[in-house]
Amino acid sequence: MSAPQSSVSTFKRYVEVGRVVLLNDGPSSGKLATIVEIIDHNRALIEGPVTGVPRQSFAYRRLTLTPFVLKKLPRAAGTTTVKKVWEASEVSAKWEASSWAKKRAAQQARRNTSDFDRFEIMLLKKQRRRLVNVR
Amino acid sequence: MRIFAPNDVVAKSRFWYFLRKLRKVKKATGEVVAVNVISEKKPLVVKNFGIWIRYDSRSGTHNMYKEFRELSRADAVHACYQDMAARHRARFRSVQILRVAEIEKTADVRRPNIKQLLTPNLRFPLPHRVVKSRSLFLANRPSTFY
Repeated sequence: MSAPQSSVSTFKRYVEVGRVVLLNDGPSSGKLATIVEIIDHNRALIEGPVTGVPRQSFAYRRLTLTPFVLKKLPRAAGTTTVKKVWEASEVSAKWEASSWAKKRAAQQARRNTSDFDRFEIMLLKKQRRRLVNVR
Repeated sequence: MRIFAPNDVVAKSRFWYFLRKLRKVKKATGEVVAVNVISEKKPLVVKNFGIWIRYDSRSGTHNMYKEFRELSRADAVHACYQDMAARHRARFRSVQILRVAEIEKTADVRRPNIKQLLTPNLRFPLPHRVVKSRSLFLANRPSTFY
């Protein structure tokens, strides 16, 4: 037989109770939530009481798994428990500090710029160029 | 009587159909007083449902028992019809729902496809994620690893 397989999986993020997920679709798109209970291979019951995501069934293909897990969340926990565990784990702060969230925020800020904002950015860029390209 | 139907009209029709089987009653001798939608008592709790059905295949009639894991009874019946359509090409008219019961104890779950979801500390990866891109051509080869 071949060498014994190592027990360490190559996968880093799992669908599991307590997994924090980023929603990519629906009215709560762009918000964080956590998996409260796994319904089946395609859907889970999710909720984000701190981020304002109501408890609902959500398909895995419409969400992204984040590296954060609420370790202490029991299966099928109620809203109050989810809120308590979420706040204790400081997931929101960790998410804000992550480069992923920062990149998303920057993209969003860029997307929301008005014509005048873009004009100001152009002026600032010009200023920077003058400083950087000085001989 | 609890009828599973997509709308009021079909519900009334199925009501008369099933009533005819039970009692000697015709539509002409009776009147439907009210049709009420039965809403789920706890629509945000994941439940396991057992569904007993009678199904007319191309060659005969069969009884079946299927299990579904859903948030509501109506969802479970809908999933059942979808499943019958997928596996047996059975239409709504050839499937009769005999009984729908919630399975209270996990030990009573019979089907392996539902059993596997009830294991404690269940977790699994999403091994193949195809990220849809807006453009037809991309600079980087898409990665399905996740």
